[in-house]
Amino acid sequence: MSKSIITVVGKDQVGIIAKVCTYLADNDVNILDISQTIVDGFFNMMMIADADGSAKEFRALSLELEELGKKMGCIIKLQREEIFNSMQRI
Amino acid sequence: MINLSEVIETNAMIEKENLDVRTITLGISLLDCMSDDIDAVCRKIYDRITEKAENLVRTGEDIEREYAIPIVNKRISVTPIGIVGSAAASSPEDFARIAAVLDKAAKEVGVNFLGGYSALPVKGMTDAERLLIQSIPMALSSTERICSSVALGSTKVGINMDAVALMGRVIKESAERTKDTDSSACTKLVVFCNAPDDNPFMAGAFHGVTETDAVINVGVSGPGVIKHAVDSVPDADFEELAETIKRTAFKVTRLGQLVAKEASRRMGIPFGIVDLSLAPTPAIGDSISDILEGMGLERTGAPGTTAALALLNDQVKKGGIMASSYVGGLSGAFIPVSEDQGMINAVNAGALTIEKLEAMTCICSVGLDMIAIPGDVPESTISGIIADEMAIGMVNQKTTAVRIIPVIGKDVGDTAYFGGLLGYAPIMAVSRFSSEKFIARGGRIPAPVHSFRN
Repeated sequence: MSKSIITVVGKDQVGIIAKVCTYLADNDVNILDISQTIVDGFFNMMMIADADGSAKEFRALSLELEELGKKMGCIIKLQREEIFNSMQRI
Repeated sequence: MINLSEVIETNAMIEKENLDVRTITLGISLLDCMSDDIDAVCRKIYDRITEKAENLVRTGEDIEREYAIPIVNKRISVTPIGIVGSAAASSPEDFARIAAVLDKAAKEVGVNFLGGYSALPVKGMTDAERLLIQSIPMALSSTERICSSVALGSTKVGINMDAVALMGRVIKESAERTKDTDSSACTKLVVFCNAPDDNPFMAGAFHGVTETDAVINVGVSGPGVIKHAVDSVPDADFEELAETIKRTAFKVTRLGQLVAKEASRRMGIPFGIVDLSLAPTPAIGDSISDILEGMGLERTGAPGTTAALALLNDQVKKGGIMASSYVGGLSGAFIPVSEDQGMINAVNAGALTIEKLEAMTCICSVGLDMIAIPGDVPESTISGIIADEMAIGMVNQKTTAVRIIPVIGKDVGDTAYFGGLLGYAPIMAVSRFSSEKFIARGGRIPAPVHSFRN
């Protein structure tokens, strides 16, 4: 299983998590963990997800999530987990 | 498992501190494209590059998207054309034809620069290398994406002063041919002492003859990230400052290592090296000079600058070496003038001179880089500047380089504009005392005593 990290950054508002989760469920992306915090007044959420079961390519998921974020006025990123593992772990 | 604060930190480096991968450079061997027929050489070179690099740009873009990390440049380096074209080219015009083919291939595969229009007359110069060097002004002024480099000396063999003298003339002629664009051809031309075979950075990238058929080399960046880290410890002593830089350099380099391995896997081409060089850009907050000033210097060039740079360069290496299994290329802090807004400000403030920059090159890669000087500086003076820099590299067993631009029609107080990543540069004053008789001697400066290690 290759894990992916989804981050959502923006102004806090009702339904952000619901919309992201709905999109992920519709595309067979399994959520393994969710955490969130407020940094400098901004809502920061991180999901660890498994996108291996999705019929869509990683690139397409990434573009669609980015688009979904724009509609909600926040920034959504889908990134492969390796970037964080390699930078943050010895 | 990765936690939220680590994710936020990594993404803040990318979004706010200009962290990026500066270049994925695909090295391609053209040794078996050699022929005594110039048409055949041109055809083979074009086919080889377009075949090997077909997926380079696409692969880079996929990695950018999947890791959300900008990869600013996708580039190619090739075997020095002074070798590849040696059997076929019988005139500078023949070599310029090869340059045109390289330019066409670079455009076809979508890379912004291709390096390797190069010669290696480190000890002696072959007839073919002389023709290639003579063709450089013609080649660089008639192509868009070709970069040229010439290796003039090494710790092992000394300095080829005939080649140094010739390069003074070639730089002046390249400047003359592109005087309408502030002598921009010289921004694509660099000379080296101890040239590395696996440098991914332009203008000096070439694919050395010791390399395999194709290889992926990656150049990381991150002056903005280091600057931010330095700013976070404003009152720290040198031990804590050094530790902070080292830890940050580790993270930056790990990113380069990840991208290099991933590009290598996807393209089915071996991973070569990660180059640790901190490469600045003209963007605000992406400056080496800002790091030095962040350490406590009023301006880069103030007394203490060389020490600050030594500390920076050493800690970047210490952090970087642990982060990557293969480190190579130039691997140090670049101190170009035109590509770094902080350096430009320091020159304009009168804090930074060529002489101080020369001192700084003793302890960092890579040398006098992107320095604009008055267009009427004699070619022997340019050769003198090159000779000094080659001597620093030779004696200190390190790579040094000179990329200097005599801007025709401009003088101290004027500014040269090169555009894009190359930026702009204030014209810097050069000593008016002559080096002519020294350069005219010809021959070779012998290798230093510490080269005799066998």
